[in-house]
This record gives sequence, structure tokens and C-alpha cells, in this order.
Amino acid sequence: MTRVVITGAGTINPLGHDVASTRAAMKSGTIAIGPLELEDVERLTVRIGAQVQGFDPATRFAPQSLSLYDRFTHFALVAAREAIGQAGLSFDDDLSRRAGVVLGNSGGGMQTQDDAFRAVYQGGKTRVHPFTVPRLMSNAPTAHLSMEFGLRGPSFSVSSACASSNHAMAQAAAMVREGLADVMLTGGTEAMLTFGGIKAWEGLRVMSQTGCRAFCATRDGMVQGEGAAVFVFENYDHARARGATILAEVAGAAMTSDAGDIVMPSQDGAGSAMARALQNAGIAPSDVGYINAHGTGTRANDKVETAAIRSVFGRLADDIAVSSTKTMHGHLVGATGAVELIACLIALDEGVIAPNAGWREHDPDCDLNIVTGGARQAKVTATLSNAFAFGGMNAVLALTRA
Amino acid sequence: MKDLNDHIAQKVIGILAAQALVGVSSVRLDMQLSDLGLDSLGTVETIFAIEECFDISVPFNANDPAAGGADLSTVSAVIETVRNLVEQQAA
Repeated sequence: MTRVVITGAGTINPLGHDVASTRAAMKSGTIAIGPLELEDVERLTVRIGAQVQGFDPATRFAPQSLSLYDRFTHFALVAAREAIGQAGLSFDDDLSRRAGVVLGNSGGGMQTQDDAFRAVYQGGKTRVHPFTVPRLMSNAPTAHLSMEFGLRGPSFSVSSACASSNHAMAQAAAMVREGLADVMLTGGTEAMLTFGGIKAWEGLRVMSQTGCRAFCATRDGMVQGEGAAVFVFENYDHARARGATILAEVAGAAMTSDAGDIVMPSQDGAGSAMARALQNAGIAPSDVGYINAHGTGTRANDKVETAAIRSVFGRLADDIAVSSTKTMHGHLVGATGAVELIACLIALDEGVIAPNAGWREHDPDCDLNIVTGGARQAKVTATLSNAFAFGGMNAVLALTRA
Repeated sequence: MKDLNDHIAQKVIGILAAQALVGVSSVRLDMQLSDLGLDSLGTVETIFAIEECFDISVPFNANDPAAGGADLSTVSAVIETVRNLVEQQAA
């Protein structure tokens, strides 16, 4: 079977504007969650989040492009440029036809929607910006990646709420395996920290006012983040032939559906996704050294995810390091699995497990080998990255060391 | 406990009955919301309906229902919680 490897990585997220700064922040347990700075914040009850700070699009994009881009497209382009740069790829006519883009996203161009609706509903305006539709459409970032790098193979966006980017990466890996493309740009992007975006989340009553303390007895909900991560998934033989540096192998992936509740997670759905990812990757449970958990910090997710991990790994789970890096960068919704894959790369190529930051107190319902009190050294040859979404849609990726 | 047949109680019972898809006569004061068939989503939607009806804000986090100080354990507790919040609003 065709093997799939990662030859480039890029990101912009609350922890950093590139992979190097994100790696450093993850290893040091930096928490990027803080008071939200946005218009009308005083009308929100949820006033904390993990925002991308100090990012000025005008320094990254040409003026004529800026009016076409929502914030989630900014993030995707910044991440993709870094990933392509690291991969050292240039696309000639032949390769450009065998290269595409699959990105995950949940909310679309939320800032564009917010601004346009505010203008017509609250501001009494009679018109919105003419590029409102091409800015807000969910496939806009995917399209701009395809256009910027001249990728003419298959491109589309994937939407499965909090699992969007894992579904996207699973799909991209499958396409390379199937021979539909030699190179796929994949990952996710999200920019939902807008007044309307946060107001919508407030309604569900699952947001924390204090921070994301996944797997902790004192956890009281999730915290939203924003940003993007994009990876270059490449046919192994193609990467070898051009002498590319291989960051990790995408050994396998699996996707399952709970077919149950629209918001409550399912042990069976989550567990079967992990079990089938191992099977798809051809690795044994005992090979796994690190699980990047979905770990949202809600009462329900962390308890169900713990039970699911136990159901798959049994007592082996005692020796498998588990952390949720959402404790640091927040929940990036449709981009979260992509940013979290960086923690898997750190585990595989640096031998460092990023911590489950902010954890205070043991919860018998979360009886796992949680990485508390700072990063941990470990020799890891295989990792899982979990994403379990509203809608009961689960996607798990298995990476192995290059 | 004050009179449970006043207009606040009647409105709350009406909201609960509507959310639970039962007649108001099926709602008893000692019932828990789960007895009415309201799961966590149903509870969140019920609180929203109460907030809209009375123009109040009910402190409630689904991750830790006890944390906000709003006792929603039974139908009569919900009525008392609403009554207190309405009085605070007026004060």
C-alpha cells in the first residue's frame, strides 16, 4: 500500500505564529487563554478565550487580496506558506495536477458574517461588502491555498464541527494512499472568536469562565480558541525520490459515527474510532506512547473519552501518556485537530510530551496517565490524535516516527 | 415557601410542560426535571425559555449544575429560583 508521510508543517494559533514558537510554548506549558478583546465584549457572559494576538494581515498580504480574505483565510494562508516552505516543494505542471487541498472548518467566515449582519441589522445599512459571499464561504481558505500555490488536483473543505480537521486529514491521507494525489495540503482553520460566534456558544451553557482544565476534577467547561495548522501530506516514494525531510508517517486513520445524540459523546463511537485507527495503521495498542486527547474540559467529554481509552487499551493505558493541549491553546473547533497534531510531532521527533496544563485535582472518572505538572520526556514511536465532534462524528489519526 | 399557585409558578409550570411535551396537569411540584423527560439539552432549552419569559439571567453551567447557585433540582425549586431572580431584578 502507498505510504503517506508529512513533509511540511505550518501554523498560526494562540501559542505562536509558526511551528517553532508553538512547539516551544507547548513544551513549556504556556496557557494562551485570557480575557477576550473584541467589540461588545461587555454584552457577553463568556469573556475568556485564546485569541491569536499581534497578527497584522496587512503585513502578510497584498492590499488587493485583503478585501477577499476573512480571518480564517488569513490563518490558513499563513500556515500553508510555512508548511510549503518547510517541505521545499515547487509545483511544476505535472505535480500541480497531482496536488490538492482538503481543509477542515466549522463556522465559515464568521468575522465577515458578523460584520455584514451587524451592518444591515444593527447599523441600518442597505448593503454589505460585495465580497461577503466569497469571503465567508467555508471553502474560501481551501480555494485560496489552491490558487496561491497553483494546486490543480482535488480540493474541498470538510465540515464536522470539532472533528473537521481530523476528518480533513484522514481524507487527505486516503487520497494519497489511493493515488488520487501525490501531495495534499491539509489541516484546518477556524476564526470563530467573534461576538456572534461566542454568543452562539454561550447558549449551550458548556463554556468555562475560568479556563480549560481537561481531565481535572475541577473542570467546568471548554474555552474557545482560533487559528490554523496546515501540513503537507506526501506520497512516501515521492518524498524519498526528491530527498525531502520526513517529519512523521501518517500510518492510519479511522472515522466513526455515534448515530446517537447531537451533542452528548459516546464511549462506543470514540472507542471504535481509536481501535480502528490502530487497525488501519497496523500498529498494536502497546505501540502507542502518547494520545493527544480530544479533552475539551467538559464534564461529559472527558469522562466518556477516559472510558473509551480504557475500553481500547485496558490496563495498557496506565503506561500511555495522555494530554489535552486545549488546556493551552483552547478549542479551535474546526482547526483543533490540526494544531494538536503538532503535539504528536513533538512527541515523535523530540521525545517530549506536551502537558495537560492547568490540571489541579485527580478525578476518578478520568483515571488515565495524564501529563500533569509540565512536559514529560518519553521515547514515543506511535501516537493517536483524537477528535470527537458534536453530531457524533469521530476521527482519529495514528502517526508513527519517521 | 410562598404560594405556588401565583402567576410566576403558573408560567414556569407552563414552560416546563411545553418543553416536556406534556399537559400542565402532569407537572407535579416534587418532580425532578428528568422525571419530566428533560435531558441536559432539554434543561438548557427550558432555562432559555424561562430567561426570555421573565427577562432574567439564570446562572447555569451544564458542566457543574450546582456551581451557579441556581437550584433547579425540582419543579418547586425552579419556581423558587425564578421568583428570587425576578425579585432581585426588581430590587
